[in-house]
Amino acid sequence: MATPEHGEKIIDPIHQFVIERLVPIHVGGVDISFTNSALWAVIAVTCASLLFILAPRNLIPTRLQSVAESIYELVYDITHDVLHENARTYFPFVLTLFVFILFANVLGLIPYSFTVTSHIVITLALALVVFIGATIIGFIRNGFGYLKLFVPSGVPVFLLPLVVVIEIVSYFIRPMSLSIRLFANMMAGHMMLKVMAGFVVMLGVTAGWLPLVAMVGLMGLELLVAALQAYVFALLTCMYLSDAMHVDH
Amino acid sequence: MEVEAAKMIGAGIAAIALGGAGVGIGTIFGNYLAGALRNPAAAASQRGTLFLGFAFAEATGLIGFAVAMLILFG
Repeated sequence: MATPEHGEKIIDPIHQFVIERLVPIHVGGVDISFTNSALWAVIAVTCASLLFILAPRNLIPTRLQSVAESIYELVYDITHDVLHENARTYFPFVLTLFVFILFANVLGLIPYSFTVTSHIVITLALALVVFIGATIIGFIRNGFGYLKLFVPSGVPVFLLPLVVVIEIVSYFIRPMSLSIRLFANMMAGHMMLKVMAGFVVMLGVTAGWLPLVAMVGLMGLELLVAALQAYVFALLTCMYLSDAMHVDH
Repeated sequence: MEVEAAKMIGAGIAAIALGGAGVGIGTIFGNYLAGALRNPAAAASQRGTLFLGFAFAEATGLIGFAVAMLILFG
């Protein structure tokens, strides 16, 4: 499947993730070209901004206003359930994260587009912002008492060394798991769609409709996963911020 | 053994991780259904936790799938 033989069509699910320079820009040896990834990120931000700017503010909401209000209300519920009195401080940050990831994921489902969040560098940047930010906030708010995060209450003393090591490791895994969860879901989903589409072409007119039906189902699943991964990222951000502020979980 | 053959075998072994994802997702949804049938009024309030658990279980399985794809095509 990975090597072409005698002109048979190959399934190439990795080509959709290749980054192409649309406008090459080199400044003093540094490559800051405008790539297709940057283009779709700009499109995601533009769509999100247009949604929130163009939605009217009527008393009886119109359809566009309902969409904007639903997104706002979802993030409002997340932040107020997890961070009770500090929700106001971090709500804009969590809303920005959620809306950017949601729009980037969903726009990637358009055929021939590019999924911005399917690259580990982008999701790692987002996850590192959350991780380093929450760590700094934790140390500012609690001083060195923030290290009590690694010593959960109610642990028998003889288990303490083992539990502390496990807690430290699981703390530093946070940015990795946050970024890999988002990037692996996006990459795997789009690869599956590409492979199934390859099957449609390979099976032709006689049996090609069967993988096509599967692709319809997969597309629905990918829409669910796109929204769900944005929700999970926002929820975990709130939980890490809540850990940073109230160290006793 | 050629590199291509080793890649295929490696990708096949890495894809076994998705079995764990299937078991995990089935467990989560099965427990949610069992609880919802016992206490239908409380079912709606746990829907957020349901999807959160689904996302975590799916993520661990898909990491294995991503490794398989990276071995095969990366």
